[in-house]
Amino acid sequence: MVTADTTPASPAPKAPQTNKLGLTLADYKGSPSTLCDGCGHDAITSQLIKAFWELNIEPHQVAKLSGIGCSSKTPAYFLSRSHGFNSVHGRMPSVATGAFLANQKLIYVGVSGDGDTASIGLGQFCHMIRRNIPIVYVCEDNGVYGLTKGQFSATADQGSKLKDGTANHLNAIDLCGLAIELGCSFVGRSFAGDPRQLVALLKAAISHRGTAILDVISPCVTFNNHEGSSKSYKKVKETDTPLHELGYVPFYEQISVDYEEGEVRTVELHDGSHLQLKKLGQDYDPTDRLAAESAIYQSHKDGHLLTGLLYINEDNQNFGQVLDMVDTPLSRLKTDDLRPPKEALDEIMATLM
Amino acid sequence: MNTLAANSKETIESKGQKINEFSIHVATVNGSGSQSSNTVLMRSIFQMGIPVSGKNLFPSNIMGLPTWFTIRVNKNGYVARTEHVDILVAMNPQTAVEDVKSLPKGAVCVSPVELNLDKVRQDVIHYLVPFSQLAVEATENIKLRKLLTNIIYVGVVAHILDIDQVEIDKAIAQQFEGKEKAIALNVGAAMAGRKWAQENITKQDPFKVERLDKTKGKIIIDGNGAAALGCLFAGISVVTWYPITPSSSLCEQLIDYLEQYRKDKKTGKATFAVVQAEDELAAVGMALGAGWAGARSMTSTSGPGISLMSEFAGFGYFTEIPTVIFDVQRVGPSTGLPTRTSQADLMSTYLLSHGDTKHPILLPGSVSECFDLAVEAFNLAERLQQPVFVLTDLDLGMNNWMSDPFTYPTTPMDRGKVLSKEDLEKLGGFSRYKDVDGDGIPYRTIPGTEHPKAAYFTRGSGHNEDALYSERSADYVNLMDRLNKKTETARKIMPKPVVDKVQGAKIGIIAYGSSDFAVVESRDQLNDAKTQTSYLRLRALPISKDVVEFVQSHDRVYVVEQNRDAQLQKLIIMDYPELAGKLVAVTHYTGMPIDAQFITDSILKKEQEKK
Ligand SMILES: Cc1ncc(C[n+]2csc(CCOP(=O)(O)OP(=O)(O)O)c2C)c(N)n1
Ligand code: SF4
Ligand SMILES: [Mg+2]
Repeated sequence: MVTADTTPASPAPKAPQTNKLGLTLADYKGSPSTLCDGCGHDAITSQLIKAFWELNIEPHQVAKLSGIGCSSKTPAYFLSRSHGFNSVHGRMPSVATGAFLANQKLIYVGVSGDGDTASIGLGQFCHMIRRNIPIVYVCEDNGVYGLTKGQFSATADQGSKLKDGTANHLNAIDLCGLAIELGCSFVGRSFAGDPRQLVALLKAAISHRGTAILDVISPCVTFNNHEGSSKSYKKVKETDTPLHELGYVPFYEQISVDYEEGEVRTVELHDGSHLQLKKLGQDYDPTDRLAAESAIYQSHKDGHLLTGLLYINEDNQNFGQVLDMVDTPLSRLKTDDLRPPKEALDEIMATLM
Repeated sequence: MNTLAANSKETIESKGQKINEFSIHVATVNGSGSQSSNTVLMRSIFQMGIPVSGKNLFPSNIMGLPTWFTIRVNKNGYVARTEHVDILVAMNPQTAVEDVKSLPKGAVCVSPVELNLDKVRQDVIHYLVPFSQLAVEATENIKLRKLLTNIIYVGVVAHILDIDQVEIDKAIAQQFEGKEKAIALNVGAAMAGRKWAQENITKQDPFKVERLDKTKGKIIIDGNGAAALGCLFAGISVVTWYPITPSSSLCEQLIDYLEQYRKDKKTGKATFAVVQAEDELAAVGMALGAGWAGARSMTSTSGPGISLMSEFAGFGYFTEIPTVIFDVQRVGPSTGLPTRTSQADLMSTYLLSHGDTKHPILLPGSVSECFDLAVEAFNLAERLQQPVFVLTDLDLGMNNWMSDPFTYPTTPMDRGKVLSKEDLEKLGGFSRYKDVDGDGIPYRTIPGTEHPKAAYFTRGSGHNEDALYSERSADYVNLMDRLNKKTETARKIMPKPVVDKVQGAKIGIIAYGSSDFAVVESRDQLNDAKTQTSYLRLRALPISKDVVEFVQSHDRVYVVEQNRDAQLQKLIIMDYPELAGKLVAVTHYTGMPIDAQFITDSILKKEQEKK
């Protein structure tokens, strides 16, 4: 029998790291993914988990929504302690709008695909932006309909080819360009293969109180990762042109100042956090709407995929402010606030006599 | 020349007079501003204590096409549409000849003198009025003349029928509330019409009003306004809609009421949210999102919108989210007759969406039920955790009806089976889709509930009791059977039919919604024709078991409805096939509201055939 004395001092099992709420990264995970191995969507899921964990957000303060598609399945794979809503194809924005009206206090994260957003759901996408519904809206963009086995989507680039060689002859809808045109208050593009940039953009989007559109190129390894595809891992690595190097500084941390003058732009977000944009090549001002539109236009001509924070406007009123709703979420109001008194009915009846 | 009728204060019904029982048909051009004049005419009679109802038969057009307004004055309180016209006010040159030709012999025709309608028919009583000249005298403003012509005919008719000027003045004041100039102008023009008639008309017709006390304490309101009030007092907080006739005025009136009664006293901020959505796909999506997140939500539409909501309706049923959807029915299919009335959405709405789907439906039969059942709809939606539909129609929704004042809700808001943080602490967790109580209704939590076990995942794909994705057959069957159990619970808790069983009656009538007005009158007509009837008015789907007993205790039951395919009859047979042999369809689908004579004639004819 081995006695305690003779046992070599075993190292205490390393407690998993926790965030400020005492929660581990695992507490922000969901059910295991059922997507194809290597699917870009899973890489985005990982960054969503990381962003919420690192931001110390209570999972019950988050509601996650989606439409239909491989991408739209992913809310089941993160934040299992948050309420989730897998809606119908292309119509998550309306559901998110309704949920937001019922409870302005929650953080909404919506996951969609390029089919879900740019085809069947294009109308709702536009109107959500027009209303500036506070939501982090991630379009996991692979240029195809993954779940229905690889047909072209409306974001497929002109000239891009399907596995069987069929070429796309139509113009691609650039969701970022469209969002800026519609007056979106936060527009970014990223790549599932660039976790550092993606997590910074996700955190900034979460700190923003308006519609934040993130078009994240997310290769479909099964149907759109071949030679001839413009959205394969290989091709995107070649064309990816980051506008800047992004650093997210939460509101409770000091912004570092060890940058040279003119080297970094800092954007302050609604919750007091900051996004630092370190210059890469040309200087880029993400608050200049016209410059953003022309940069996107130019990138199409150059065959570049511009990534980073394309546009931000922290002054836009969101829909809750426009409707001037009470601070308490409508879902929490009690009968006294909701049902006018009997005198009100009597008064109305008198006017109808 | 003063006429006898106008001066007579006789209360004795002298021979040949028709007192408080006639109908007026005003033919005008859409957009000419006649609506307010017709309302004044109707209200002034109502204020004299005489039961009255008004119907606007209007085209799908903003300006220029013919429109008719009928006012039925009836001392017995019958308010359904009647085919019979006693007094025509023929203001529309486009339709005047046809309008006069369709009058019964001995009817009255009030018309502009220049139309020469007395040349068209000699067997009706003509009062030819120089409207243009009177309008010129009434105002110097050329633009106003056309508008004022409308109130001038009110003055003329008021003289012919002996409507008190004080009542006309009062009705004008109410119509133009607060707009002193408009009130003075209209009162003056109405007086001018009356004065001309007093001096120039020799009364030859028998129609006349006399004060009664049958409208005291009553209100006049349209069904959409009543439903809007129901939503207000149900404690609605999220309203999402997309404009469509005949439903728009429901949300529009609701918005006005919310602005007035639902602003926080201290901050002035709204305790509600209204969104004019981009389409009905979005309107219902928003309503479901809000219902899911714990607010009382609703949307309102008509047939085309209902069709668009189909996918989400099935989603709401399958994922068990409360919301309320109003369908103010109009004539389909497709755009159909968008400004005419119908009850033809019943079956498609009951089964709205693909897959095995069934929705609870409420069927108000009066304006007061539009109010009561709207309140009830929200309780039922949250109790049953599913979308609840309220079906009215253009006739009930957009026309003005007399009613007793509505009663303030006596029961508290039923928010259904919702688990709080405290509940979860006690229970340690929950299964979202488990039938704990045996009524098919599971428990839910609201997003934001501060407990690690509060969250669940809502999905339109197959799911098990724990709301996890499942394609297992056993899970699917379990879920579908439980949803069916919920339908059975709904069958029990939805408003019961209103039954009037007459001793010895061999035949029965089943009807719902706005058909009620005509059925009530038809039963009296049938009684006069020695045909006694019992009556069951259905107020909800799924169909209450009470229908079985009712049908079985009669030889034959006529199912009266305003659609071509006898949709309710078929739904009854779907649930209770054993009743099939006893049900006879009476269907009316002209786009006009059903009238009593049609029902009476149909039933008598079919009874004759049986003999
Ligand atoms: C109304 C409706 N039409 C069609 C479908 C079939 N469908 C499911 S997913 C999908 C496309 C999804 O594409 P995308 O949004 O790009 O998602 P991905 O699978 O590529 O991530 C389609 C057409 C559906 N579910 N609902
Ligand atoms: S089909 Fe494509 S999009 Fe869908 S899971 Fe597989 S790799 Fe991802
Ligand atoms: Mg896709």
